[in-house]
Order: sequence, then C-alpha cells, then structure tokens
Amino acid sequence: MKRRNGYLTAGLVLTGFLAALILLGFFWTPYDPSAMAAGAKFEAPSLHHLMGTDSFGRDIFSRVLQGAGTTLVIALSTVAIGAVCGTAVGAFTGYFGGVIDEVLMRFNDAMTAFPSILLALVVLSLLGPGEKYHVILALGLVFIPSFARVTRTAFASLRDVNYVKSARLMGASPLRILTVHMLPNTMPVLLPALTIGFNNAVLAEASMSYLGIGAAPPDASLGYMLSEAQGMLTRAPWYAAGTGLMMILLVFGVGLIGEGLQQRNRGVA
Amino acid sequence: MKYAGKRIAMLLLTMVIVSFLAFAAFDLIAGNPAEIMLGTQATPEKIAALEAELGLDRPFPVRYGDWLAGFFTGDLGESYHYHQPVWELIAPKAAVTLWLSALSFFLIAAISLPLGLYSAGRTGGRLEGVFTVLDQLCMAVPPFFTGILLTWVFSLGLQWFTHGSFPGIREDFWGSMRYLFFAAVSLAIPRIAMTVRMMKSTVRTELQKDYVRTAISRGNDRRSVLCRHVLKNAAVPVVTFLAQTMAEIVAGSIVVEQVFAIPGLGRLLVASISNRDYPVVQAIVVILALWVVLAGTAADLVNQSIDPRLRLGGKG
Repeated sequence: MKRRNGYLTAGLVLTGFLAALILLGFFWTPYDPSAMAAGAKFEAPSLHHLMGTDSFGRDIFSRVLQGAGTTLVIALSTVAIGAVCGTAVGAFTGYFGGVIDEVLMRFNDAMTAFPSILLALVVLSLLGPGEKYHVILALGLVFIPSFARVTRTAFASLRDVNYVKSARLMGASPLRILTVHMLPNTMPVLLPALTIGFNNAVLAEASMSYLGIGAAPPDASLGYMLSEAQGMLTRAPWYAAGTGLMMILLVFGVGLIGEGLQQRNRGVA
Repeated sequence: MKYAGKRIAMLLLTMVIVSFLAFAAFDLIAGNPAEIMLGTQATPEKIAALEAELGLDRPFPVRYGDWLAGFFTGDLGESYHYHQPVWELIAPKAAVTLWLSALSFFLIAAISLPLGLYSAGRTGGRLEGVFTVLDQLCMAVPPFFTGILLTWVFSLGLQWFTHGSFPGIREDFWGSMRYLFFAAVSLAIPRIAMTVRMMKSTVRTELQKDYVRTAISRGNDRRSVLCRHVLKNAAVPVVTFLAQTMAEIVAGSIVVEQVFAIPGLGRLLVASISNRDYPVVQAIVVILALWVVLAGTAADLVNQSIDPRLRLGGKG
C-alpha cells in the first residue's frame, strides 16, 4: 500500500509545486517576460536569471512561467471540453444502448483510429490557424471520442448493478441516476483518463504551437518558445533546456498521478 | 480468405468515408478556391472564368468523383500556392516520410519487444519502481524536444549530420538514412516506453493463467514457456498496439520533420495549412489516413492468422 501511493504522492507534490509556480506566474514574474534587456543578451543561467536570457536579453525563467500559463490554460480547457462532452456521450450511449449507441461507437472507432494531432490539424486549418480559441476548440473536439469510449464502457458495466436498479425502481429519472448514482462510481476510470488526456493535450498543443499554427504571440506557449529556442540553440542552449524541462516535468508529474491512480484501482479491484 | 475479403472491403469503405469527409469539409468551409487563387485581383468575370477552367461550376458529387479518381490517375488538381500539380508536389515527399516511418517503426519493434518481454519476466524487485519512473519520464518527453536535443548534441556538437541539409533519397541514400535516423530515434523514444509498458502488462496477465502453471509443472523451464506459449497468446494485443504505433509515428513525423527540416509530407502539410493551400492539405490528409488504415488492416489480418478464433468475427 505504501509503495502504491508513492507515485501518487510524488506526482501530486511535483504537479502541485509546478501549478503553484505557474499560478504565481499569472500575477508576478521575476522580470517582465517581454521586456527587452532585462539582462545582457545570451546570459547563462545564474541566480539573477535562473534560466539565463535570450537573444533580446529577456529573462527566460519569466517567459517560461508565462508560456506554461498559456499551455496550462489551453490544456485544461481542452480536457474540460473533451471530458464533459465525451462523458455526456459515453454516459448516454452506455446507459441506453441501442442503435444510437452502435452508430456512435462505430463513428468513435473511426475517429480514434486516427492520430489526434492529424485530426486537430485538419479542424484547425478549417477554423483558421494561429488563434488560441481555435486551438482549444480543435483539440477539445478531437478529444471527445476517446473520453466517450472510456466512459461508455464504465457506464455500460454499471447499467444493471443493483443500486442502479433500485434507483430506477424508486422512480429516479435517468438524469439523476446517471449523475448522482453512476457518475461518482465511474471515477476510478475517469480520473486516470483525465490525466492521460491532460498530458496528450499539453503535448498536442505544444506540437501545434511549435509548428507555428497554434497559439501565437502574445499568447506564446511552451511549444512556440521551443521553436524560438531552436533558432538560438548555438548561443543559448539553456533556452531550449529550460522550456523543455518545464514541459517534461509538467507531463511527468501528471503522468505519475495517473500511474498512482491506476495502481490504486488495481489494489482496490 | 473470406475474412481478408471482408476486411479489405471495410478498408475501402473507410477510405471512401474519409475521403468524402476531407473533400466535403474543405469544399464547404474553405470558401471558393477561385477567389483564393485570384486574391486581390478577383472580379466576378475572372472568378467565373477560373471556376469554369478548374471545373468548379460542376455539381458537388461530380467534383468529388473526379477528385477521388485522381488518386488513381495521379491528377489531384493544382496547388494554389505553388502552382504545380499536387501529385508532383507530394510524390517525392511521400517517399521521405515513408522511409522515416519505416525506420522509426523498425527501431520501436527491435528495441521494445525484447525489452518488454525481459521486463515482464522479472517480477517485483527493487528495479521495478525505477523502471516505472523511467517509463513515465520517457513518455513525458515530447519527440520534438528530443529532436532539438539530438540536433544540439549530434549536429552542432559532434557534427555527425548537418542540420538543415537533407541530401535527398535519390542522390545519397545512405546519407539520407543517417539523417533520418536521428529523427526516427526522437520519434521512437516515447513510443518504445509505451510499448514496453503495454507488453509488460499483457505478458504478466498471460503468465498468471492456468496453462502457464500447467506447462511449468510438467517440467518445462520458464524461458521456453515464455517464448513458446505466452508469446503467442500475448501477440494479438501487441500486434494491434504496433498498428496504432504506426499511426502515432505518422502523426509524430509531422512535427519531427519540422524539427529536423526534413522535406516530407508532414512539413508540406504544415506549410500548406499556413498557406491555406487546400488541394494539397486534402490530398495529404487522405494519404496519411490511408497509411494509418492500411496499418490497422494489416494488423487485423496478421492477428487472425495468429488467432483463428478472430476469423469467426467474434471479439476474441
């Protein structure tokens, strides 16, 4: 038991620390992230500039905090769209079954067979690239099917459980049964799916803004900064390192939480 | 054979649906191509003339049929941006992406299968936790960051390849492969971690089954049971997973090609999205989708030859 919770604790601590840093970054950063010449150009990391400075003398640590903030906002909104819509679809089809279930799940299979970033790129190119809200919408839409699939299985397995049957006998409405009785019991499946979804969202968003079709400045996210950093690789390798480190730690922390949750479920089951 | 026929029919059906969606989506939302091509010089007469020239005045089903036929005749229209036939633009780039995917797939299969089997056989132990953490860490590293790291070490540092000067497959095959190798590695790392993890849990579930205990109790050694019986039973999910890996490689290549400045399909796709060059986007989307669907079909066919129960259409 001790060991199982090790991942969860470590993940929560790491993610909590990063989240606190990023939240702080919304209100206060050591330097103005876009101020030129906050320090000398291409300054190596030091106590004054934790991650050094870039070609304009901007403080990289401040920029990373700000970029991570954008990434976090996009990833969370994306997961929120995907999880809420996906769970609604999954709950409905899993509980009622029937023809709609069959059709929607076939459609779902086809959608999940494709790599999410390819779909997101198509949606984004239709909506118009380079806009933060378009990115959120595109990624959110793309994440719906995977959540729908996961929750559908969970809801379908609970359909004929005794407490659901009794609730039905007592005349509870389907909406009440789904939200009050079944939803809390799908958490063991839903929570790890949320962590995986969050990580996919971070990576997908970063890929898109790295490619220059995601969020663009002034909403620079970590991915955009990495593409900027690549151009300064010879003079300021710490730019890429700092930005990458932030992204990796964020994904790693949430991944640990997911791992911990899954192991806890296995222990319970 | 009957199963294979059914599977191939399904593949064709999927591709028809995918191509229809790709065509319809861009046709409905993207706006009038004639207007896009003419840009600021557009007058109603010029637009009408160009529409007639491009065949845009014909009804939707006819245009779709024509476009679909283009995949077989090699006439996919003309790029708005490069003013070049789409097919000529795509064909050489497709070869590059194909090699990159193949190389990366080979790396993943060659490294993760033995590693997964090895780590599945060793239950518990102090290294267990270390492996899990290492696994999570590898999955957390995005391919394009690995790519930047590899560029820094091997191109700027050791100068094993020159970033930005891809030699071209026709001109210098081995040079190109060496260049692609680094991109393939950065694509492969997170996927290797996932495959190892997946194999570990599949093989472990299998190891707990009765037939394994029986086989061992009859005096077979663990190793041969693992290789002869367990591997075969664990193969189906693994093959399916590898097919998904193919899809992920295709997706990852879009980004990694950008990192390494490899002139492949992904790079063209991104450029075309930025340029709103819809004929190119449409064609690439359909080709990449075909690639993914083919991998899935191949996996299903391999699986049904491994496990004859699947031929009956059951779910295993």
